[in-house]
Amino acid sequence: MAEGFVRQLTVFIENRVGTLQEVAEVLKDNDINIYSISLADTSEYGLLRMIVSDPDKGSRILKENSFSAKTTEVVAVKLENKVGTLSSLFGTLAEAGIGIEYMYAMATSRTGAMILKTSDGSKAVEVLKNAGFGLLDEEGMFNLE
Amino acid sequence: MIWNETKECMSRDEMTALQSARLVKQVNHVYHNVEFYRKKMQEVGLEPGDIRGLEDIEKLPFTTKADLRDNYPFGLFAVPKSEIVRIHASSGTTGKATVVGYTRRDLDTWSESVARCITMAGLGREDTIQVAYGYGLFTGGLGAHYGAECVGATVVPQSTGNTKKLVTMMNDFGVTGIMCTPSYLLHIAEVVKEMGLEDSIKLKAAICGAEPWTEKMRLQIEEQLHISAHDIYGLSETMGPGVACDCEYHKGLHIWEDYYLPEIVDKDTFRHVADGETGELVLTNLQKEGMPLIRYRTKDLTSITHEKCECGRTAARISRFKGRTDDMLIIRGVNVFPSQIETALLEAGGVTPQYQIIVDRVNNLDTLEVLVEMEESSFSDEVKEIEALNKRVSHAIQQMIGLAVKVKLVAPKTIERSMGKAVRVIDNRKFD
Repeated sequence: MAEGFVRQLTVFIENRVGTLQEVAEVLKDNDINIYSISLADTSEYGLLRMIVSDPDKGSRILKENSFSAKTTEVVAVKLENKVGTLSSLFGTLAEAGIGIEYMYAMATSRTGAMILKTSDGSKAVEVLKNAGFGLLDEEGMFNLE
Repeated sequence: MIWNETKECMSRDEMTALQSARLVKQVNHVYHNVEFYRKKMQEVGLEPGDIRGLEDIEKLPFTTKADLRDNYPFGLFAVPKSEIVRIHASSGTTGKATVVGYTRRDLDTWSESVARCITMAGLGREDTIQVAYGYGLFTGGLGAHYGAECVGATVVPQSTGNTKKLVTMMNDFGVTGIMCTPSYLLHIAEVVKEMGLEDSIKLKAAICGAEPWTEKMRLQIEEQLHISAHDIYGLSETMGPGVACDCEYHKGLHIWEDYYLPEIVDKDTFRHVADGETGELVLTNLQKEGMPLIRYRTKDLTSITHEKCECGRTAARISRFKGRTDDMLIIRGVNVFPSQIETALLEAGGVTPQYQIIVDRVNNLDTLEVLVEMEESSFSDEVKEIEALNKRVSHAIQQMIGLAVKVKLVAPKTIERSMGKAVRVIDNRKFD
């Protein structure tokens, strides 16, 4: 995995009652913790995106349980809890001509992070670092308190 | 009213004699002009002289849809191309169309067939008939059109599409007869009601076909529109609509035996079954010149009666269809084989050939939904990628079968399998 990235676990969710519960149960039974979660919904299905304690194992066991699952590299940007942080983050990316495909937030009691999938991952890592943003790696992410 | 009393009310002896003479002539015609038939007969040691009448029909080999496909496009034509004045085609199972050709006399025969049906429904030269089948390669539109012109009616070639416009014209033109699929007519009935024109329209009869429907649905149409509704049968391979139709007594469909020789065969042994017993309908074109079919297996299950009908006609009657011997579906009048969907999926890529077809009827219109399993490698974390895959698959299916389809992507290995064999088709429409 390239530096500056974390792995996200994505699961295809069929649009019927109980599917989310089934995913959560598979992860629970395998002792995998979910740190952050987002659901993209369409009229027919959903994409469940998660940052979990063991993405590779999560992907494997979900597939074994007949789910479509995969891991993707995304950027996790550490954000301070104060006014203007997001504006500065988006400004940095926009100026560099980088689009955001999707994003979702992750928060703990002390600090937060934004999980981003952009049109150009490596370039995003570079410009964000240069602009002074802290990027989390998987270990750092799991140690956020 | 009877269009051609001589033929429709002929005594059984006379009809058998006529059929025998025409069969002998037809067998000679195809033997000498179509290599396919000559070879097929030679293979079983038959010469035209061996067929001396109806009693010899079982000696002749069957013809199937696969034969039409294998001889694509013009291999079964029995006349020089210069004699062919019209071509129709329907979609085939492997993407190759089933092609049929007509001579000028064939078009007259076809028109006469449909004219008999229209007259049976009580319509004639004083009437205005809207043809709301699709016009084009499909035989429905032009077949109905020529028949309606043949009886001298005023024909409105509406085709399908804008239903409000159709109903407005139905009302403004004083339309008295309509020819379309039964499900479309139920939809039209709703629009008539919505527009508040139930008491204003002059419609008195409908001739519906090209898809399976029930007696219950026929009565529903009659009640909603205060008309008489008739079931017309036909298939493009043997001509088009007009092979058979039911009279005012609705006790089976009178089949025009002087043109289309009917046999009912056991679906396993392929031997003739007795009157009243269910089997596969096999048709032989007795009068067609351009592309006559000999013992064509329709795959439609029905039974036959030769008893004289209360309407006075002696033309044999086939019962309402009881299903098919293959897996063909008829959706909005279009023939769809599950294997076509499979071919489209393989062409589209990114999905497995595991699929499930769900057919339903919503507001009287058939809907087609296809569940498709995504390949593991085409699963993405981005919605737009999955949407693009969905679009590509829908497009491929639509190109293949010519019908709009709703594709629903599902995770791999989720499509229900029973006894190791996938359930390919779920048809929620009621045809009992």
